[in-house]
Amino acid sequence: MSGTHGTQTSAGPVLGDTPPEATAATGEVGDNAAGMAAVGRVARALMPDTGVISDPTQLRTYECDGLAHYRVTPALVVLPETTEQLAGVVRACAEHGVPFVARGSGTGLSGGALPRADGVLVVTSRMRTIREVRRADQRAVLEPGVINLDVTRAATGEGYYYAPDPSSQQICSIGGNLAENSGGAHCLKYGFTSNHVLGAELVTPQGDVVQLGGLAPDAPGYDLLGTVVGSEGTLGIATTATVRLVRLPEEVRTLLVGFRSTDDAGAATSAIIGSGVLPAAIEMMDALAIEAAEAAVHCNYPDGAGAVLVIELDGPAAEVQHEYDVVERLCQEHGSFELRLAIDATERALIWKGRKSAFAAVGRISPDYIVQDGVIPRTALPEVLRAIADLSSSSGVRVANVFHAGDGNLHPLVLFDDGKPGAGEAAEKVSGAILDLCITHGGAITGEHGVGVDKAAYMPKMFTDDDLDTMQLVRCAFDPGGIANPGKVFPTPRLCGEVPGKRKHAHPLVEAGLADAF
Amino acid sequence: MTTVSLDAARTALSSACGDVTDAGPADAVDGVPARLVARPGTTAETAAVLQAAAGHGLTVVPRGRGTKLSWGRPPERADLVLDMSRMSAVLDHAAGDLIVHAQAGTLLADVQQTVGSAGQRLSLDESVPGTSIGGALATNTSGPGRLVVGTARDLLLGVTLVRADGVVAKAGGRVVKNVAGYDLGKLVIGSFGTLAVITDAVFRLHPLPAAQRFVTVPFGTAEDAAALVQTMVHSQVVPAAVEVEWRVDGAGTVGVLLGGTPAGVEARTAATLELLGTGAEAAETPPPGWGALPWRDDADLPEVGLKLTCALSGLAPVLDAARRAAADAGVPLTLRGSGGSGVLYAALAADAPVDAVAAVVERTRTACTAHGGSLVVLEAPAAVQAAVDTWGPVPAIDLMRRVKEQFDPERRLAPGRFVGGI
Ligand SMILES: Cc1cc2nc3c(=O)[nH]c(=O)nc-3n(C[C@H](O)[C@H](O)[C@H](O)COP(=O)(O)OP(=O)(O)OC[C@H]3O[C@@H](n4cnc5c(N)ncnc54)[C@H](O)[C@@H]3O)c2cc1C
Ligand SMILES: Cc1cc2nc3c(=O)[nH]c(=O)nc-3n(C[C@H](O)[C@H](O)[C@H](O)COP(=O)(O)OP(=O)(O)OC[C@H]3O[C@@H](n4cnc5c(N)ncnc54)[C@H](O)[C@@H]3O)c2cc1C
Repeated sequence: MSGTHGTQTSAGPVLGDTPPEATAATGEVGDNAAGMAAVGRVARALMPDTGVISDPTQLRTYECDGLAHYRVTPALVVLPETTEQLAGVVRACAEHGVPFVARGSGTGLSGGALPRADGVLVVTSRMRTIREVRRADQRAVLEPGVINLDVTRAATGEGYYYAPDPSSQQICSIGGNLAENSGGAHCLKYGFTSNHVLGAELVTPQGDVVQLGGLAPDAPGYDLLGTVVGSEGTLGIATTATVRLVRLPEEVRTLLVGFRSTDDAGAATSAIIGSGVLPAAIEMMDALAIEAAEAAVHCNYPDGAGAVLVIELDGPAAEVQHEYDVVERLCQEHGSFELRLAIDATERALIWKGRKSAFAAVGRISPDYIVQDGVIPRTALPEVLRAIADLSSSSGVRVANVFHAGDGNLHPLVLFDDGKPGAGEAAEKVSGAILDLCITHGGAITGEHGVGVDKAAYMPKMFTDDDLDTMQLVRCAFDPGGIANPGKVFPTPRLCGEVPGKRKHAHPLVEAGLADAF
Repeated sequence: MTTVSLDAARTALSSACGDVTDAGPADAVDGVPARLVARPGTTAETAAVLQAAAGHGLTVVPRGRGTKLSWGRPPERADLVLDMSRMSAVLDHAAGDLIVHAQAGTLLADVQQTVGSAGQRLSLDESVPGTSIGGALATNTSGPGRLVVGTARDLLLGVTLVRADGVVAKAGGRVVKNVAGYDLGKLVIGSFGTLAVITDAVFRLHPLPAAQRFVTVPFGTAEDAAALVQTMVHSQVVPAAVEVEWRVDGAGTVGVLLGGTPAGVEARTAATLELLGTGAEAAETPPPGWGALPWRDDADLPEVGLKLTCALSGLAPVLDAARRAAADAGVPLTLRGSGGSGVLYAALAADAPVDAVAAVVERTRTACTAHGGSLVVLEAPAAVQAAVDTWGPVPAIDLMRRVKEQFDPERRLAPGRFVGGI
């Protein structure tokens, strides 16, 4: 499977080895062995033995993230416990021209934390302290390995929570969230990680420790933090994050609404948003996704539904009542045949369980599948969903749709059986065609899973060379040596200091053996 | 730049853009005289102008509508003023998707009028009347509404930029959710025209609330003000804004904005009145000065305008430090701002003695930085700008310099205007 188009969390066996095009991005074992050895010595001097892994069997446990069909064994894994240790390792990498890749919990779905065979994997799982929950400031200060859900757990007693809630929130790390600018169901109303991370301590690719933003807003100078969030570990490693805590709402109402078709559900979504009501979440699942969720978690969704919407309203009780009335009316006007309001926390949890388990549940109805992630303008939903259905019927590849409807963020699950010859390729084709649909409808090739290695080849479809070169200027400012997660995000990063289109000789860094020309 | 090359530059610019004139006294940038003014009508013309400027070694200062050109430090040179006022079209308003796409020279007020007809708004408060989209982005202005909807960084979805070398680049897009590539939009917000010229921008919109109510309550001390602010931000009424004003005469007011449905706002107003206690009053219209910066900049001599930030828990000490410093220095001081967000603006009279201003700046800055924030002198007479550190300490300044070097290695965009002499 070529693997450049989609994202696959394989429920069945892993598909083959690293695809050929990934190797350019992931280095060769033994490149710059001397530099690697030097970094290893520095790491061992800085950290206890258990914090430095070079045993091949142990190294292999870090060979992939949530996109399991890309696999590369790192040359070295370090598990620092402090900023000083982490910065020391990065500084050694910079000195010896050794690439490094940050890793939080390894749940990323675009291969962002895919290691380099010639580099160091810096894992933040031993930096998991919630340093402060500052109620008066409505902020928390966190180490990068802190698990997303633990922030909310720590703040609930104070009447607060951490709003961005990726479905992986029980295991993914704040550092990974920051690097991916992760979203979640409730981002429709509350915004994404970038709206909630207000400060960070960053170890730059040269090993310097800098503070970006902080407890107060609008720090003078360029908003480097805004650029670092979402940069997928290519601009350095965050060693703390200062995040916004949001007041727990006075009232929450969760509705499950059954429709005959995705067309109707899509039209209802547009009508709700157009009415001025801003729900905390509007999530959609189509018939195939419902079938899978039923099989897996028996969530008891409405019988015969062609689509369901999970709608959550929250806020002051006086507003929620009004919003509920509007939503109920608009759903009915757009052909809903059943509307259930969760009457207690158990019912609410069951409604969400169907939605949140949907990815994994698809494993019940298909041995293999690709999780795609693309964005379209919300008003294009009915049209794009019809086009996806057409793609599916003309190719014979089944596609289940479960997604953040309010944001227009699609997560088509492209189903296939890798046991059947050509099935993987056919699925890849459909998955890629869905991204093309997003682009032609003025959307984006990723709404939350990131570019990583998986979609780097798609970047030129969304951006011109000049756009990409301009982004590369930021990269060169932060990482002149090109050692921070190289090979990710950008299809063909040029080396810093190089004038585009005028390359004549090998770049000095290449000649010195300090960098690959990727 | 010598006079000889001015003619050559004018010729080159004129072939890049139909509207090039010699600069007059009114085109001076914060006291620095300009030589030429170019008014491009398109992104392509802007690119051609910047290329021509690069070819002739001209420094360039972008100008939106000139309302905040005195903010920041005066540039070292301003050979060419790049005036964006001809690029003033709302390119697209996709009401169903709640987005608007506008050229950089468009007046914020014009954008509001367009989207307002569909019951929507761009949630950027117009703190300086007459501002353009590009100017608002480049100075990162914000107003009371920032408490819930945030600031430009939370609203900007996509942007078109022209670099100092004339290369056009886009970042972001037209959809509310998008993590493809670096977010260059955030980088140019608040960059005071020193990184690139913004030619157009896409923003997310919000529905206009059906009903609004303002609740105000007087306070006497910094502690009282901070306690009222804490009460509101931790409450369940979800205020859209929590403002603090402390006038020269010592009269202090905390102001709360509630927006939503008529019935909801009524219930929340009642709850707010109860929370704020004695003296709280509700009104349909904003209290005087709501959302305006506290200083006057329409006089010949500008007043001193400061921006103070702090963690919310630092509000009382910062308010207190500013008031005491001004009293000790014998200069009248007005404070106003988004207390609920940890942002305040302070005004000092234009004729305040330089050392008095310097003393107020230094003592207040100490309090701000002790509470995680900063103090920036946004606007001041030249004598004050020369005597005080207008930007104050800036963490990560080396990294910022490197960003500038990458984007504008010849330092041709508004040199010297920004932090650390960038
Ligand atoms: C079942 C499932 C459901 C998911 N649901 C969602 C969802 O709803 N929304 C969503 O947005 N994503 C979702 N994801 C994707 C993934 O969970 C997120 O991208 C998450 O933020 C990754 O966090 P992590 O700690 O696992 O990071 P990793 O996978 O370890 O790393 C991700 C990227 O971040 C970088 N990185 C990690 N730590 C740091 C650091 N401290 N500093 C700098 N860079 C760093 C890595 O180099 C890599 O590029 C889901 C994944 C799974 C498996
Ligand atoms: C005393 C006085 C009299 C005035 N009289 C008039 C008048 O007669 N007619 C009139 O039209 N206006 C008048 N104005 C308004 C004046 O023109 C405004 O100062 C100006 O419009 C401000 O524009 P702006 O707010 O858009 O941003 P600006 O003040 O132009 O710019 C603010 C900052 O943003 C940068 N910037 C602006 N646009 C961009 C961009 N697109 N890309 C990158 N950086 C950018 C600038 O370089 C600057 O650093 C007057 C103002 C004053 C103070």
